[in-house]
Amino acid sequence: MSAEAQQQQRDGGAAAFEVGRPDPGTALVRLQGDWTVHARLPGVAEVTAAFAEGAPPARLAFDTSALGQWDSTLLAFLRSVGEEAVSRRIEVDDAGLPDGARRLLRLAAAVPERGDRSLPARKPWLARLGDASLAFGGAAGEAIGFIGEAALGLGRLLTGRAQLRSADLWLLVQQAGAQALPIVALISLLVGLILAFVGSVQLRLFGAQIYVANLVAIGMTREMGAMMAAIIMAGRTGAAYAAQLGTMQVNEEIDALKTIGVDPTDFLVMPRMVALILMMPLLCVYADALGILGGFIVGVGMLGITPEQYWNQTLAWLRVNDFLLGVGKSVVFGVIIAVAGCLRGIQCGRSAAAVGEAATSAVVTAIVWIIVADGICAVLTNVLGI
Amino acid sequence: MAEPGVPPPIAVEGLTMAYGAYVLQRNLNFTVQRGDIFVIMGGSGCGKSTLLRHMIGLKSPAEGAVHYSGESLWDASPERQREILRGTGVLFQKGAMWSSMTLAENIALPLQEYTSLPAAEIRSLAALKLALVGLAGFEDYYPSEISGGMQKRAGLARAMALDPDILFFDEPSAGLDPISSRLLDDLILELRDSLGATIVVVSHELASIFAIADNSIFLDAESKTMIASGNPKSLLAECDNPTVRQFLTRGEGAAVTPVAP
Repeated sequence: MSAEAQQQQRDGGAAAFEVGRPDPGTALVRLQGDWTVHARLPGVAEVTAAFAEGAPPARLAFDTSALGQWDSTLLAFLRSVGEEAVSRRIEVDDAGLPDGARRLLRLAAAVPERGDRSLPARKPWLARLGDASLAFGGAAGEAIGFIGEAALGLGRLLTGRAQLRSADLWLLVQQAGAQALPIVALISLLVGLILAFVGSVQLRLFGAQIYVANLVAIGMTREMGAMMAAIIMAGRTGAAYAAQLGTMQVNEEIDALKTIGVDPTDFLVMPRMVALILMMPLLCVYADALGILGGFIVGVGMLGITPEQYWNQTLAWLRVNDFLLGVGKSVVFGVIIAVAGCLRGIQCGRSAAAVGEAATSAVVTAIVWIIVADGICAVLTNVLGI
Repeated sequence: MAEPGVPPPIAVEGLTMAYGAYVLQRNLNFTVQRGDIFVIMGGSGCGKSTLLRHMIGLKSPAEGAVHYSGESLWDASPERQREILRGTGVLFQKGAMWSSMTLAENIALPLQEYTSLPAAEIRSLAALKLALVGLAGFEDYYPSEISGGMQKRAGLARAMALDPDILFFDEPSAGLDPISSRLLDDLILELRDSLGATIVVVSHELASIFAIADNSIFLDAESKTMIASGNPKSLLAECDNPTVRQFLTRGEGAAVTPVAP
């Protein structure tokens, strides 16, 4: 068959219908043209309007002699018309419909096997608020339980009652360490540049451009190095941990571990936590150095400070306390990232969508906890005068 | 074949399973005899797999007890639980092979956990278990590199790693073609006959159920309890519960009656 002929055969004309009354008791719907998803379809309203006209018919019949092609759209139309008719106590006579349409409509109308399994009715808002609070409380309890388990696991590890699988650990160290270097380098360099730029605008007013070196050195070592490394690692490694453990949960791999008596905390969480505890301080030092380099570029390149001046000023103001505080915080952040990632992964539901949610939630949880922990550190160091 | 005086390998008493307030099944009572292939059957969503999770220590019952050789699993201390479950092996629905390890490492892990065998010994045991399920030469493959049916067989090799007395199978036929499914059934029968293992299978595959089961229970989602127990073939011949009949005959005699629109 040529393409043209096919086209002609397909073109049965636009979908349309008219409602006639061959006798006063019968409404006859005459269907014309192609009723397919590609056609513009008439609405149901016209048929129902015809029901309302004059004396209500007792019977609804169909004439499909002029009907062209049809698919589910015709069925959907007929189904709505049928429901409308039933609600008006009009008897539906489907004899005039195509054989296939009639069978499909009957199949769709068959009572489902378990009609009582429908979703429960929507609860009032107070009940939903209560449910949400209980769920929140439950989740908080679960998180605290998990932190406790992780602490016990770390204790077992330190006292030598549990062992790390070294092959796993080295792979995780590589992923959380060496492979994170490029992105940490880029971000820290840029943060150093930005700090120097923003600072120089103000400091230049007083002719005090040289203090850009202090600003960058202290800012990076005390706050930004650890913070930037942590946020990058939360997005990079925390999400990866949640997705890995979540997928293991979906595949029942974690259940399989439990059935052979292996504690998932020891086997899955501990290597990840140790990898981050080992790598975060190194990444933090790296980020500090790159940030200071960023400040150096701005200071020397744009503010007219000589390299020796910048170097000496940085060395003079770089305090061990600031440096150690940043590095110490990065260890805490590492623990937070590992706990958040593993917690969300282990809590993961049993579907692909749940893995995505677990990864998202791991990053959000980690970043929130990191900022909160940093805030607490800031208050503490202020009180202690460090 | 109950032996007098010897407690059965598994006895479930008055078990009620629930997720929060939602009760899945209540008051389940059954005994699995030594050397039997015991099938837990029922329609989708009736709680078959959840019952399995209660039996293998993954989910604690809302009420009732699971006894292993007369000892209650859920009343035991965690160490004792571990000891009891050491004598069991589980094949999960999709195999649940640990994806970051090779097949040999997967099978080696339970051995490393429970024994102090030297590495070479463990390696050769792992190779043996893989050969038993027809996967000789696949020791260094990762689970993602082999087909679903092979992953399932590898899962079986791992379940057998510690030569357990009791093996659990969660829907062994799921996702397998008819021939692989038949081969797995043969393997299950072979394991029972050669190792004398007691085997508990969760399944709704009729062909497989009739081929392997010595004994069975039927869980019903509507009444939330078990409504039949016994050998499936005799259930087919004798049981007159319509739900069980419909299940065992694939819905024959109770065809879905279409309702006119």
